[in-house]
Amino acid sequence: MTPGMTLLGPALGLSAILFSLGVAGVVLRRNAIVLFVCIELMLNAVNLSFVALAQLHGASGQIMVFFVMTVAAAEAAVGLAIILAIFRHKQSVDLQNINLLRG
Amino acid sequence: MTQAVFYILAVSAVITALLCILSRSTISAVLWLTATMLALAAIYLLLNAEFVAAIQVLVYAGAVMVLFLFVVMLLNLSTVTTDLRGPATVAAAVVLVGLLGIQLAALWRYTPGRLAAEVSQSPALADPSALFVAGDVSRHDALTRGVVGAVAAPLFQTYLVPFEITSVLLLAAIVGAVVLAKRRI
Repeated sequence: MTPGMTLLGPALGLSAILFSLGVAGVVLRRNAIVLFVCIELMLNAVNLSFVALAQLHGASGQIMVFFVMTVAAAEAAVGLAIILAIFRHKQSVDLQNINLLRG
Repeated sequence: MTQAVFYILAVSAVITALLCILSRSTISAVLWLTATMLALAAIYLLLNAEFVAAIQVLVYAGAVMVLFLFVVMLLNLSTVTTDLRGPATVAAAVVLVGLLGIQLAALWRYTPGRLAAEVSQSPALADPSALFVAGDVSRHDALTRGVVGAVAAPLFQTYLVPFEITSVLLLAAIVGAVVLAKRRI
């Protein structure tokens, strides 16, 4: 057993902590850009558990990380473009001011 | 030694993530997240995923974070006092995140042996001994096929179709971003 294998549990635990922090950020903050940053944090936490388990399961886990990164990049590009469009419309990225669908 | 390095990196990742979600200005939140990502890249090195670590630095800490910084710069936000939600939401969030964290923290106690045992007890879709071979698959693959080859071979054989589909996804994202960010929609 190489040193990396003994890190399986701690790496999964770190992944859990980072994911919870990402959720906390999404719930607590009202700034739309910080919200996106927290979503990236959650995606990174999931990537960490993929990489940790890839040690047991082969390179498939690492390939999932590439797919997650691709989706994250696409999501960031589209999401930030939406934020730009909203900012041009409302002059704010505060989520409290964006209540068009609240009715 | 590896354990000590891992825990140093883990603590720095958690601290920078905390600063990221609590920092007042948007730009420092983005920069703290970049620090978290760099710590995670170093952890990937410890977990025998060298190529993923390189891609993490290049794509995530490089490209995606630069995109965020560009948008922050374009928006020219005034430094607001604070954008945390009210005390009721904060209390609810602490309870929610605490419960989630406790549930997820059960993962902490996983060891390779325990994982293999639990999978072999449940009705298995695949042979557990094939899934959880004795030893370190990442390290073994890297030694036999090289660091990049270990990732590239399954990516272009088993996962060829999903790989091609991601190119369509990226094209759609580019077109969508250009259309959305145009001055007049």
